[in-house]
Amino acid sequence: MDAKCLECEANVNIEDDAVVGEIVTCPDCGADYEVASLQNGTVTIKVAESVKEDWGE
Amino acid sequence: MTKKSVGILFDRIRWEEKELGRQLEMRGSSYDMIDAKSQVLALDDSNYSTLPEKILVRCVSFYRGLNVSSVYEAHGIKTINSARVLDLCGNKLRTSQILASRGIPTPKTVVAFSSESAMQAIETVGFPCVMKPIVGSWGRQVIAIRDRETAEAMIEMREQQSDSMQTIFYIQEMIKRPPRDIRCVVVGDEIVASVYRYSAPDNWKTNVSLGGHAEVCKITPELEETVLKTAKVVGQGVLGIDLMERSSSEFVVHEVNGTAEFKGAQMASTQSIAGRIVDYMLSVDGKLGQKLIA
Repeated sequence: MDAKCLECEANVNIEDDAVVGEIVTCPDCGADYEVASLQNGTVTIKVAESVKEDWGE
Repeated sequence: MTKKSVGILFDRIRWEEKELGRQLEMRGSSYDMIDAKSQVLALDDSNYSTLPEKILVRCVSFYRGLNVSSVYEAHGIKTINSARVLDLCGNKLRTSQILASRGIPTPKTVVAFSSESAMQAIETVGFPCVMKPIVGSWGRQVIAIRDRETAEAMIEMREQQSDSMQTIFYIQEMIKRPPRDIRCVVVGDEIVASVYRYSAPDNWKTNVSLGGHAEVCKITPELEETVLKTAKVVGQGVLGIDLMERSSSEFVVHEVNGTAEFKGAQMASTQSIAGRIVDYMLSVDGKLGQKLIA
């Protein structure tokens, strides 16, 4: 599956075993996206949240 | 919609969350993946009946995971970890306080609450020491302070930040240790993985997220005693307990993680850590223990 980068319009490859919530990175410009939905082989992505101060483990 | 017995609360899917899902599927257990970012929770609504009775909290955002789990708990859902454990682990000051109060070996820690008093805290601990934010991790803003000039620069830099958390100065003794620390993953009352985490070249921090690597660490009786005592003091659940070696048989606990990452530890382990977590989640009693909100 492919999605189009919202920044540079490059193709962002989404693996077949991807799940909603997974982070993918544009190979051309490095922008991070979150897989927003997966339905019948169609994928939509949204801009991933950036790292916040309280992120960690 | 069929109610599932277990769920995984997330805000970002990493390798760990996918592996937890795979392990649940291998056991034939259906489960819900619950995106914390999409949760809209009416506090006076008792209708949380479609949610699973047990939910594993895996949020990377401390405040998000803590607050969603405290609402879930108030509506009778068992979260792993409990909101109380997440609260204790997510705040380094609270973690250090409970470790020191309960006799767990931990680095000497002094806190100050203004830039004026920060230098006094640093001098109390002595050089070299480590300055850390009380919330957040992956080694960010963890600074080695080796002299007074560095201390003054760090205090001044923090003073200029608008975030009031930046004026809470958590200062810790720098332990003379080998270029590694130890991560023990504890599930319930058992250590399921124990690894050394070695620093990446040119970095004194040992976080795997900063390029460090893991190797198997033998569980000695002294290590086991310290780790299991720590787990008991903090509260039972799934914990990533980090220790440093003051000597070959003396360990100090410097951090307890409530939503532990275990990809690095898995590389050096023969058994599936996610599998052990899933088995614990499936077997644990769904009744609530001590809640953060009554």
